[in-house]
Amino acid sequence: MKLSQLQPGQSGVIKEFTDLEMSIKLMEMGCLPGESIVVERFAPLGDPMAVTVSGYQLSLRKREASTIILQ
Amino acid sequence: MKGELRIVLVGNPNTGKSTLFNRLTGLHQKVGNFAGVTVDKKTGYCKLPDGRVAEIVDLPGTYSLYPKSKDEVIVFEVLADRNNTAHPDIVVIVADASNLKRNLLLYTQVADLKIPVVIALNMIDLSRKAGTEINIDELALRLGVQIVPICARQGENIDQLKEAIAYTSSVPLQTDTIEVEALAPSLITKIKEELQVDLPYTALQLAHQHENVRFLTSAQSERIEELEQEFSFHSQKAQAAETIARYNFINDVLFDTVKFRPGAAKEETFSNKIDKILTHRVWGFTIFFAILLLIFQSIFAWSEYPMTLIEDLFIWLTSTAHEVLPAGVLTDLFVDGILAGLSGVLVFIPQIAILFAFISILEDTGYMARVTFMMDKIMRKVGLNGKSVVPLIGGFACAVPSIMSTRNIESWKDRIITIMVTPLVSCSARLPIYTILISLVVPDGEVAGILNLQALALMGMYLLSIVSAVIVAWVMKFLIHSGERGYFIMELPVYRMPRWSNVVYTMYEKVKAFVFEAGKVIVAISIILWVLASYGPPAKREALTAKYQSEQLRSRHTPEELESMEAAEKLETSYAGVIGKAIEPAIRPLGFDWKIGIALITSFAAREVFVGTMATIYSVSDDAQMESVRDKMRRAKKPDTGEPVFTFAVAFSLMIFYAFAMQCMSTLAIVYRETKSWKWPSIQLAYMTALAYIASFIVYNILK
Repeated sequence: MKLSQLQPGQSGVIKEFTDLEMSIKLMEMGCLPGESIVVERFAPLGDPMAVTVSGYQLSLRKREASTIILQ
Repeated sequence: MKGELRIVLVGNPNTGKSTLFNRLTGLHQKVGNFAGVTVDKKTGYCKLPDGRVAEIVDLPGTYSLYPKSKDEVIVFEVLADRNNTAHPDIVVIVADASNLKRNLLLYTQVADLKIPVVIALNMIDLSRKAGTEINIDELALRLGVQIVPICARQGENIDQLKEAIAYTSSVPLQTDTIEVEALAPSLITKIKEELQVDLPYTALQLAHQHENVRFLTSAQSERIEELEQEFSFHSQKAQAAETIARYNFINDVLFDTVKFRPGAAKEETFSNKIDKILTHRVWGFTIFFAILLLIFQSIFAWSEYPMTLIEDLFIWLTSTAHEVLPAGVLTDLFVDGILAGLSGVLVFIPQIAILFAFISILEDTGYMARVTFMMDKIMRKVGLNGKSVVPLIGGFACAVPSIMSTRNIESWKDRIITIMVTPLVSCSARLPIYTILISLVVPDGEVAGILNLQALALMGMYLLSIVSAVIVAWVMKFLIHSGERGYFIMELPVYRMPRWSNVVYTMYEKVKAFVFEAGKVIVAISIILWVLASYGPPAKREALTAKYQSEQLRSRHTPEELESMEAAEKLETSYAGVIGKAIEPAIRPLGFDWKIGIALITSFAAREVFVGTMATIYSVSDDAQMESVRDKMRRAKKPDTGEPVFTFAVAFSLMIFYAFAMQCMSTLAIVYRETKSWKWPSIQLAYMTALAYIASFIVYNILK
């Protein structure tokens, strides 16, 4: 299951990443394997999305979210 | 002033780093540049409790020492290169207590560069409210550094922070974080040996960043590249492993020192509630457009009075100077060159101040991040960024403050494209040109009973400006290449009240930057234009003087008539007039004669000069009488055929020309300042002039 497939309100635990370069940026921002992540909302036009992770809100494009695999 | 020790502030964005900087330095700060790069360097001074004076340098906010933007490279350079002019004695890490885990990542990286560190733990009140209890003493013990909980906004504990800085030992005492050598053992040893680097982490960072940092020689950089090949070093994998190791260390430390009180996350839900409305499918955009309308309206309406005041002040200064100072070339240069140039600069102050007041409020509250969030998808399609929206809208008032506001666009490419297209948006200086030309050729009739034809034409010009900006942005998306991969991994900060002192300070800082940086260029070009318009080839000038001294001419006209006739002919024989005649062949295909050519040249200073020049050329002595300018322009006939000069085709061709042409040296000056190179203003001038020429040519030949 990818993060981009979740609906607002749904949550998951990060398992791994499919894109190494992107994973570095995401991990620096607190998206680490084992961390739980909650989808808060999508932007009015459906992209990007807002998630809560490591105690704060992060926005990322769906394309970027699709590189995060959940447990 | 010179500091006895240097302190740099390092921290994530949105941690209150700038607020702390302002608290520590007061208003004794200056904005310069880091040596050789285009990044703003804010420097200030702070008196420590032990009497020493510390120089404080604010580094760009970053989430990690691995840079995501060109600005962020400077952080590692300053910290790792002992010869850097900003290399510190002490690093103050500003960390957001309500988001400690992510903030500590940067701390652990900086700590491994072994410079004495103090942590300023900001927003401790917010984290307590959110139910996080941090055992600060225990945390300080584990990390081996002093930690001072502060509240930068309220100014709490700033004195304690100053004390901690004063008592920081000159030897780094922080405990080791991760086993850096384990990440690439042989490579690190080799780099340390060959480049005489003493720290393993500096060696590792150099392995990752040797292509970006500027303190390595190319031979050194090539050697690192060779070593990487030899030990098959994979930069991204090593970086990922490092980040995971660092977070393991942080999790261990935080597990022992931070306790969470469940069910107290109030601040979070408050922000969420606001977001439900402000980023709502319907309300989100409605509110956003309402806010834009308010900004747009205020830039026009609120700035009108102070702008008139400034203009009046300069009119008064000009007339007084002419009366008081002895008549002569120097006075003319001072009054018509320098004073006129200065008024051209200072008149923009109200608009700049108002735009930046709004922008800093939107930034401070956290709303700007939401605008970006909402607009990103649309703007991305045309090669822009969610953050381009604000400068583009501001462009309706004036491109100058809008281009200054593109600073918060992190992506270099997005920012450059935004800067390049913003001057296409119809600014307020085009309005007088449009109104005079439309009233000249468009009948004051109505269509369908309600729509005024002239208003429709004006609206058409505004719509055209938006459409052209979007199209040009879209084209540039394919033409401008950058090594940066586009990301939109962005923090959405919690909503907060704006800091009013910060709003005022931003206004002050931007106005100051504009007046001094752009002002220099504007005044210089004004002087050149003054010379071109006041002087002419001596032979022609002498003939002119002789002509106006002849009794024959004097007896036929009143002194006023003579004066305006002479003024018009003086312009014709000035260098500007000569140039106007010289460029006439080039602009004839657009329907323009040499008189319009002069206006094109003089209004290069600023578009609004067009009407004034037209007034002079068509010998109207009083600029304020728009009616008579229009009538004169209407009566103007071509000398050879006797047809009117300003036909429907010529007027529209001229309007289209002003819609696209880069007729504004203030904008060029500010683009130079913002991009710190003449490359971008030159490209902008070239493409906009070409666009204007081609569009005018097409319009003229269709309507002719």
